[in-house]
Amino acid sequence: MLYPFAWMVSASLKYDKDIFIYPMKWLPKSIDSVLYNYKTIFTKISYGLFYLNTTKLTLIITFIQVLTSSLAAYSFSRMQYKWRDKIFLLYLATLMVPWHAIMIPQFVIIKSMGLYDNHLSLILLQSFSAFGVFLLRQYMLSIPKELDEAARIDGCGHLRIYWQIIMPLSKPGIATLIILTFNSVWNDYMAPMLYLESKSNLTVQLGLSYFKTQYSMQYGLTMAATVCSIIPIIIVYIFAQKYIIDGIAHSGLKG
Amino acid sequence: MKKKNRSSKNKTETIKGLLFLTPNILGFLVFIVIPIFFGIYISFTNYNGFNKMDFVNFDNYIKLFKDTFFITAFKNNIFYTVTSVPLTIIASLLLAIALNRALKFGGFFKTVYFFPSITSMVAIGIVWSMIFNPTKGPINMLLSSLGVDDLPKWLSSSKTALFTIVLIVVWKNAGYYMVMFLAGLKSIPKELYEAADIDGANGIRKFWSITMPMLSPTTFMVTILCIISSFQVFDIINITTKGGPGQSTKVIAYRIYEESIKNLRFGYGAAMSFALFLIIFIVTLIQFRGQKKWVNY
Repeated sequence: MLYPFAWMVSASLKYDKDIFIYPMKWLPKSIDSVLYNYKTIFTKISYGLFYLNTTKLTLIITFIQVLTSSLAAYSFSRMQYKWRDKIFLLYLATLMVPWHAIMIPQFVIIKSMGLYDNHLSLILLQSFSAFGVFLLRQYMLSIPKELDEAARIDGCGHLRIYWQIIMPLSKPGIATLIILTFNSVWNDYMAPMLYLESKSNLTVQLGLSYFKTQYSMQYGLTMAATVCSIIPIIIVYIFAQKYIIDGIAHSGLKG
Repeated sequence: MKKKNRSSKNKTETIKGLLFLTPNILGFLVFIVIPIFFGIYISFTNYNGFNKMDFVNFDNYIKLFKDTFFITAFKNNIFYTVTSVPLTIIASLLLAIALNRALKFGGFFKTVYFFPSITSMVAIGIVWSMIFNPTKGPINMLLSSLGVDDLPKWLSSSKTALFTIVLIVVWKNAGYYMVMFLAGLKSIPKELYEAADIDGANGIRKFWSITMPMLSPTTFMVTILCIISSFQVFDIINITTKGGPGQSTKVIAYRIYEESIKNLRFGYGAAMSFALFLIIFIVTLIQFRGQKKWVNY
């Protein structure tokens, strides 16, 4: 299962002429090739800028997603009002619509707003998913109602109950949403490809795919760039795999 | 007096409830709900992204049945679905059963097998297309050292490209569905197996008479999710083959992308995407109808 990753790391350390030698040698002959590959991708191809762009997008989208979804989830799970269940049904219904059904109209709307080739396009399109609301609502429903009733008797308003009681108790659910959002924004390829054009705006995945077309014959460099694109995911995975796996085992939904 | 009080209290509660919703629902309406309806409207026009937007009735939908590229893409997609779905289910189920038994390193292997499913398709596509490189890649090097003369061309031949993509995707996704199967396996009561032991049932018998029936709700859900995602496959194809060689890996989602974003036929592209939505919807509906025959709750 891990062979492709091992092969990738090994290739990223070597000069092109040493990559396809058979039988394969896993380690490079000297440290020079390692330095050459990893230095080149950050100097020649401004990979650092792609990193910065992606980090910025990921942080902003994850923040908006968690804040607005948790407010909406609080409203759906803790408050009683007239249209509540009908609105929630609308949210659920959109979960069934596949992305390409809304790809074209979204594209037209973003273009007419003048946001093409602007990071705002991705932020606006990806910050409001029905999935996040659904996930957090399920989580908040499992918190006992007596807690906020007691707080209400003590004179707490909704905002305070939301912030001081429900949010702290929903931490595992929020952690799952953070991780899944981070992961899907970091790995996203389709949306950046549709909406971003100028080189200074590219994300890591997009940079990587252009890299592949432009430097397709420079295997060592391509592999070094690929390794760098995966590292953040590995770090998050090591620290948060419990939340990722639990989230998937219980919700059965992909972000 | 009391009644009036209550109704005004209800009103403020409604306003407060909607206020909590506002930040999310604004974005949700503008960028998800409105596009859905706008998309349906576009699919009945000849919109090209600039000035033209005439109503053309069902022309776009009728065109689908005559468009040989779309028909090819549809056939390719069916091939992709009927190969990738069973292979993914079998691979993930076998992994889950093996891990459910392994006690010592179970957690470690779960971590390892799951990992490919959270890495990006771009990275995976790049790495695999090097490994499958027909002249220099390690797989063909190994095959030729084993004495195979007629080396497969993997992604570079129209005969094998689509199936090679199936293999890559199965490798990537098996760990994801494995996690769901593991959760299903964990929920089967141990007493059933103990009772079967007393009755002298062997392993194979236990698998078909206890594990499979008890796991059927999970299998049902995994099947649905796999089929839905198989009709949306795009990233891996755009990274590795871009629909080629020839038309051999052109699937429906790729055809939609090509027509709408590259050729700017938004109207026709939108019609194709709603046709695809309809296909997915009908296939899912049929499965829900058929589940009574084999799913035990």
